[in-house]
Amino acid sequence: MSNMVNLTINGIAVSVEEDKTILEAAKELHIKIPTLCYHKDLCVAGNCRVCVVEQVGNHKLVASCATPVSEGMEINTNTLKVRNCRKHIIELLLTEHREECTKCYRNGHCELQELSAEYQITNQDFIDLVPDKNYTIDMLSPAIEKDDSKCIRCQRCVRTCAEIQSVGAIAVAHKGSEMKISTFFDRSLDEVVCTNCGQCIVHCPTGALTEKSYVEKVWDAIADPEAHVVVQTAPAVRVGLGEELGLGSGTRVTEKMVSALRRLGFDSVLDTNFTADLTIMEEGTELLTRLKRALVEDDPDVALPMATSCSPGWVKYIEHKYPEYLPNLSTCKSPQQMFGALAKTYYAKNIKVAPENIVSVSIMPCTAKKFEANRPEMKDSGYKDVDFVLTTRELAVMIRQAGIEFEKLNDESFDSIMGIGSGAGVIFGATGGVMEAALRTAYEIVTGREVPFDNLEITPVRGLEGVKEATVKIEGTVKEWDFLEGVELKCAVTNGLENAHQLMEAIKRGDKFYHFIEIMACPGGCLGGGGQPFPVDNEIRLKRMEAIYAEDRDLPIRKSHENPEIIQIYKEFLEKPLSHKSHKLLHTSYVKREQY
Amino acid sequence: MTTTKKQLHRIDLIFKNEDDCKEILRNALSRSDQEIVNEMVNSGLKGRGGAGFPTGLKWKLTAESKEKEKYVICNADEGEPGTFKDREILTRVPHKVLSGMAICAKIIGAQKGYIYLRGEYKFLVPDLKKELRKFHDILDELGLDFRVDIFLGSGAYICGEESALIESMEGKRGEPRNKPPFPSVKGFKGKPTVVNNVETLAHSYTILKFGAKKFRDLGVKDSRGSKVFSVSGDTPIPGIYELELGMTVQDFVDDFSDGDCKAVQVGGASGFLVPRKRFGKTTIGYQGKLTGISLPTGGSMMIFNSSRSMYNVLNNYLDFFEEESCGQCTPCRVGCQQLLKGIKAVKRGEKPTSYLNQLLKLTETMKLTAKCGLGQSVANSFSSIVENFREEMIY
Amino acid sequence: MDFHEKLVQNLVFKHGKDRENLLPILQGVIDQERYLSEEVILKISKEMSIPAADVYGTASFYSFLDIEPRGKFVIRVCKTITCAMKGKNQIIQSIENFLKIKVGETTIDKKFTILQTNCLGWCHKAPAMLINDEIYTELTPESVVDILREYKEEN
Repeated sequence: MSNMVNLTINGIAVSVEEDKTILEAAKELHIKIPTLCYHKDLCVAGNCRVCVVEQVGNHKLVASCATPVSEGMEINTNTLKVRNCRKHIIELLLTEHREECTKCYRNGHCELQELSAEYQITNQDFIDLVPDKNYTIDMLSPAIEKDDSKCIRCQRCVRTCAEIQSVGAIAVAHKGSEMKISTFFDRSLDEVVCTNCGQCIVHCPTGALTEKSYVEKVWDAIADPEAHVVVQTAPAVRVGLGEELGLGSGTRVTEKMVSALRRLGFDSVLDTNFTADLTIMEEGTELLTRLKRALVEDDPDVALPMATSCSPGWVKYIEHKYPEYLPNLSTCKSPQQMFGALAKTYYAKNIKVAPENIVSVSIMPCTAKKFEANRPEMKDSGYKDVDFVLTTRELAVMIRQAGIEFEKLNDESFDSIMGIGSGAGVIFGATGGVMEAALRTAYEIVTGREVPFDNLEITPVRGLEGVKEATVKIEGTVKEWDFLEGVELKCAVTNGLENAHQLMEAIKRGDKFYHFIEIMACPGGCLGGGGQPFPVDNEIRLKRMEAIYAEDRDLPIRKSHENPEIIQIYKEFLEKPLSHKSHKLLHTSYVKREQY
Repeated sequence: MTTTKKQLHRIDLIFKNEDDCKEILRNALSRSDQEIVNEMVNSGLKGRGGAGFPTGLKWKLTAESKEKEKYVICNADEGEPGTFKDREILTRVPHKVLSGMAICAKIIGAQKGYIYLRGEYKFLVPDLKKELRKFHDILDELGLDFRVDIFLGSGAYICGEESALIESMEGKRGEPRNKPPFPSVKGFKGKPTVVNNVETLAHSYTILKFGAKKFRDLGVKDSRGSKVFSVSGDTPIPGIYELELGMTVQDFVDDFSDGDCKAVQVGGASGFLVPRKRFGKTTIGYQGKLTGISLPTGGSMMIFNSSRSMYNVLNNYLDFFEEESCGQCTPCRVGCQQLLKGIKAVKRGEKPTSYLNQLLKLTETMKLTAKCGLGQSVANSFSSIVENFREEMIY
Repeated sequence: MDFHEKLVQNLVFKHGKDRENLLPILQGVIDQERYLSEEVILKISKEMSIPAADVYGTASFYSFLDIEPRGKFVIRVCKTITCAMKGKNQIIQSIENFLKIKVGETTIDKKFTILQTNCLGWCHKAPAMLINDEIYTELTPESVVDILREYKEEN
């Protein structure tokens, strides 16, 4: 344990560890200091300066986020001098900021707006700088919009893109009054290395980075009498939506969400968990097939480790940064896209609706899914497989617009078919979930017995750590899979692309060997996705994670291969995993992309 | 112009081209580190880049660190408008600067030094390289394990700020860091680093040659020694002058103006404008209780005659700061834009004259909250010009 | 291997792949090319494993690391206070008239670009300008034309 340091803040004595900042010490005393550029997930920048405080003996104010505590320090956070300076700084930020709060996408969710209200910035004496700025709005990406006129240059997005995601699609460019957040030669986000993960959105304090909204398009579809609007909801949405509608972090709202979706007017309310289970069947079989090729047929061309392909942010990342590893990527589409392809084939046939009349909507914790749905290859049903993707936040917008009192809704369950998911499906929403779900099924297929973990909970792959590893020894195989007898299946799980980068580098160097790796682009997995509610930090991610695992525990079916609808779809439609039809509808291919 | 006023003494220490750096170094190597640090502390030498941090203390703090890898950096990113003395020093007496670096290196325990030379002075590189080769031979002869390289800047005023300079040397945007930690603890590549101005290093050579006392006897309390001044503007004798610290602006004007002097800008665009009425009451030097105010300076003295519009002068400074701010922190980035646009708006009558008061308050905020010296010091020229030449801002 | 690739590779080989060598490498390209093209920045980004946006952002911070095409001779006239007081505007006018382009523009033969720059450190010999790395001081509207004429005649 580090040494303790004594200081006073506003006259109150406090003793904190020596590596703490003034801001953190104040938090312990429940004294709030406003911040903008500070974010718990990120390294300290100290550039917005709204967190300045007075330090007795120092004629300058100090940035509390960036100043470490020291013995005997006397801090005042609420003096006239401090308040006046903060007010000035907020006013200055507002002069560079296109003030159109009532028309802003982030209206009501903007940290600058909140601060401006808190400090009662009611008159603007300084000169509006916006008219002379050459601000641009980049709307070309199907996932993310970047509006420079809303940017306060706090660099949270830049730090997120570099530190958490190791992508570096955006950087600070130019200096002085021209300083801005820019891509490579200021190209559109659509043309650069951006993975559309949306972590920049989640970390942006204002409306400078937002998702591209498809709410109006979905309302149009719902209003169209010809259209049969099918909606699917990803596992992580049910543990995030409540937050956006005023409930505590990690509140499970699955049944209320279903009921809300019906009230919004969706014709079929279905569950992505179903195709998560289907993914396990396909991907698990693909893994076993690769292992067979490697171990039995000695095929030198088989690419191991096999990497999951559920996370479209990760998929685009590997396309840009590790194209030589594209053969390692599972050919399985993500659950969203499997669902899309089936909605306009299997489901359409089942409910006897012409596929061209089906509008397929998905609710995702993700912004990269918007890009994924727009990939040209995602038309295997003969139509655009998924028409519109909404984030958790956008769904909350629709619920509010519809005047639904969410908390008061009755519990309802998903429609069928394609409405049943197992516990294995739901844990797709947390980092390690795909791995755990795959092991639950693959181990049982190969050995005829359940995975040797208490209550099926493969704890080594759970949690927020950067890289989690698990080795599962396969023993007592059934005859068909006896070539795997005694094999130690080496797995790794990672979340956040910086961790993925580290893992890939370790594999590339040959330091590590695995059979199977699960990679999710966002910290914590989908529950920490770019389409989830603000704000987010690890505390909140853990609450959502607990909710995901509770959801799994409470479900009657917890293994994908036991999902009756999965058994049914193979019987009636797909025949078997990796069948010809599966290949056509459920599998895909990837492309090498540029590195800027 | 040979008359020397009673308080203005021309000094000839820095540019005296003695070819004895080998002797000075040999002598320094024979002394204990502690002895030399004490000599430096006792000399009262303060940083000649403008900030005025005690040089001996800086060396001492860096020497105290247990880290094995340390660096000495000579800050030759002389970008302050009106300053050109470092170029002259590097041209005429580079060996003094290099000797200063070597002695600092010996004391703090560094094997590697850099001269961060502003891109505008790239033409100095060939001569400096020649000088470096000679100097390295001397070091080899004396058995001092130390090497100096030149690192070239690329046109960014802010890189004169020591932590921005370090960022720039690390291949990044020259954005000042949060302090603490200071470079003496975490500098170049995260290692303890001394960053000293060119002139400071040259003075350290003088101090070691003649002893702390000779240096200390020059100047006044809190402002010891001589200082190289860059004199420009409306003067018949622009150029480089080494003068004893502690003179008043009046002393200076008497020697350097042709008689028509409305104001003097002391310390460049980030310094203060001194109007005629304050000439006698303003001393050039570091903080201390003298008659009237005392102005620290990197040595820029710009003389304005009665034909000059102080509005134009301020406009030019603000234009400079608005461009040269690194842009990372709010008070500096936006503050500079507001000040520039603000004085224009007042001049054009788009804002009431009382708006100048609002802008003065803004400069106070910039001074209190900006992340580095650039943003903090914009207030200096702004307030000293607006307060003293208010009517010129309006009409 | 094309010319740019070779240029970048040589520079990276000379200075090293670590981030701290980025400025010398960018400066090396400027020496040859007078500006940093998209192509060059991309190559540097790949060679040094620094995101391209980051290289671009870093380059754009420095006034001398131009990211727009420039002429063979880049003229940078000092616009800071003393030079401004001592007739920098007339110097610029004289250059503009002689080269028949405005500040910020490049001649059609790609030989000259006129820019303004902040304090060059020659305030005692104002007005001053740089042509590439060469300094010219105490300029007059006439002397600047003589200087440029020599550059024009040079190939």
